[in-house]
Amino acid sequence: MTDKNSNIVMDGFQARKRRYLTVTCCLAVFVLVLCAIVLLYGNTIYPLSTIWKVLKGENIKGATFAVKSLRLPRMLSGLLCGFAFGMAGSTFQTMLRNPLASPDIIGVTSGSSAAAIFTLIILGLPGPTVSIAAVLGGTVTSAFIYLLSRGGSYNGGRLILIGLGMQAMLNALINYFMLKAPQHDVPTAFRWLSGSLNGISMSDIPMLAVVLLIFTPVIVMLGRHLRILELGEETAITLGIHADRTRLLLILSSVVCIAFATATAGPIAFVSFLSGPIARKLVGAGMNNELPSGLAGACLVLMADLIGQFAFTTRFPVGVITGILGAPYLLFLLIRMNKSGGIS
Amino acid sequence: MKKSKVFITLIICLTGLLLCFIASLVFGSRDVSMSDVKAALFYNKADTIGQIVVTKRIPRTVFSLIAGAALGISGAVMQAVTRNPIADPSVLGVNTGASLFVVIGIAFFNISNASQYIWLALLGAAVTTIFVYGIGSMGAGGATPIKLALAGSATSAALSSFVSAILMPRADVMDTFRFWQVGSVSGANWTNIRMILPFLIVGALLALILAPFLNALALGDEMATVLGVHTGTARLLGAFSGVILCGAVTALAGPIGFVGLMVPHVMRLLLGPDQRIILPMSALGGAVVLTAADVIGRVLGSPGELESGIVTAFVGAPVLIWIAMKSKGNSL
Repeated sequence: MTDKNSNIVMDGFQARKRRYLTVTCCLAVFVLVLCAIVLLYGNTIYPLSTIWKVLKGENIKGATFAVKSLRLPRMLSGLLCGFAFGMAGSTFQTMLRNPLASPDIIGVTSGSSAAAIFTLIILGLPGPTVSIAAVLGGTVTSAFIYLLSRGGSYNGGRLILIGLGMQAMLNALINYFMLKAPQHDVPTAFRWLSGSLNGISMSDIPMLAVVLLIFTPVIVMLGRHLRILELGEETAITLGIHADRTRLLLILSSVVCIAFATATAGPIAFVSFLSGPIARKLVGAGMNNELPSGLAGACLVLMADLIGQFAFTTRFPVGVITGILGAPYLLFLLIRMNKSGGIS
Repeated sequence: MKKSKVFITLIICLTGLLLCFIASLVFGSRDVSMSDVKAALFYNKADTIGQIVVTKRIPRTVFSLIAGAALGISGAVMQAVTRNPIADPSVLGVNTGASLFVVIGIAFFNISNASQYIWLALLGAAVTTIFVYGIGSMGAGGATPIKLALAGSATSAALSSFVSAILMPRADVMDTFRFWQVGSVSGANWTNIRMILPFLIVGALLALILAPFLNALALGDEMATVLGVHTGTARLLGAFSGVILCGAVTALAGPIGFVGLMVPHVMRLLLGPDQRIILPMSALGGAVVLTAADVIGRVLGSPGELESGIVTAFVGAPVLIWIAMKSKGNSL
């Protein structure tokens, strides 16, 4: 009897694991295909062989410039930023046990943006400082939201409401900085604020890549503890998890990922919010979904960028497209949660 | 005791109103002297540059007073109707809805005069209110603050994505309507003010007439019905007046947030829950707050100006946070 039961449990676990692996691999392949399309497609469509030669370092007139200086940074930044947003967003959502508590809804991304805009435009400092400022901004904002929403037992609704308030304030601050900005910086800042992959150069990529290489393992490792934390604070402590330490580390790593991605591509709307639920749908409940969420985020950004670039007569920055895609889903999610009494 | 409290608040508000009025005429990218203000105001002179500047600033000041009052009443009414402390045109996304309709009108239907803006803005405001309230009140427990706020901000986010998607390819429209995204009283002139004034008067009168019924609503639907109030009608009329007020202001000024959230709140804290007192006092307070925000925006933003919508958001958002903190877990 017990044996049979444990068999069922094991079988279920194996099935979930298989599904997880399949989904992750499929997502990874899909991301690769999208990356290839970004490299291939544009004003001139180059054959795959030409792209390969260019990437190997051969110099082909026209193709080298188009691929190396325009499409490669675009592809890499889309991939990395999407991954960072997706992974960090899903971590927040799992940690706060609420799909609405993603960093772009509760204002963490706005905190990063405000700090980045301030250093970039008002102080006029270069790239690396902007990233560090974005990290600081994001961390301070999350600390504020956390401290303000503490008092009494943890309450998701209150935290989100406070986050919404923070976001309104930070947006006002961003608007103020924009007004104070020198005239010639304003278009750049506007483009950046709506979230765009235009004008990202190759030199912005390595730092983002290094950050992700460091923090992805951290988040994935701690994500396992998160699964246990999801069972509830008391259970997790009983099972030997340092709840506060895990949470703190996870928040910090997520904020760092988001901040660097934001400093590179701007706050791309709703990617953090959308990736987690998409990945969870695909992977099924009960499995780690940090990696799939990251991949889903990369898919979203690359796809939205392709749509924004080529689907319309005007080129839209990627953030506008993800905004239009994401908002209806947010509404849908709200309707469903309201009906099931998820947010009370 | 109660009476004297109301009286003191009234005096403070009126003094504030006077100070803001004068400050709004004096400060700006060019400060003018008091004698110029006096000459322009009372003797209708426009000889020196200072006096001309003052004459130019009068419509703007008047508009910020009226608009602030309208937003104050609108917030108070909406909070009473939804029995929800954070109902406010900006939180409900109503302003963004109005903006979207106007932008669509300008971009696709070549609408260019203010009287048509108003109708579009009102329509947009009404549609958005119904939509947001519909989503927010689904499920058990009705429209709780958190559900309403989320539905509002989600709708706002969706609509503003559409606004930017429509505006982005049209640089000319974008330039003119940048203030639609933030809210500013600077675009006001006498013609525009005359245009929206009837709407504001109707909305404000309706709200004031409804005040006793709103008081009854605060006791709960059953109690209100027992007291002989037709709750459905009272709600509908209340919502109607709130929408007219904020829609008309938005038509002219773009989305100005949080005035309708913070002013009624402060008034309720100071003066208690009686709508017959809160509504007119919110109007006064709203006028003071918006005009002050406009002046602050001009001083902080000089030589340009900071849109008053930005200032009110910065001051008002903490009130939202504070309400959220104060509320116990269950009531959210």
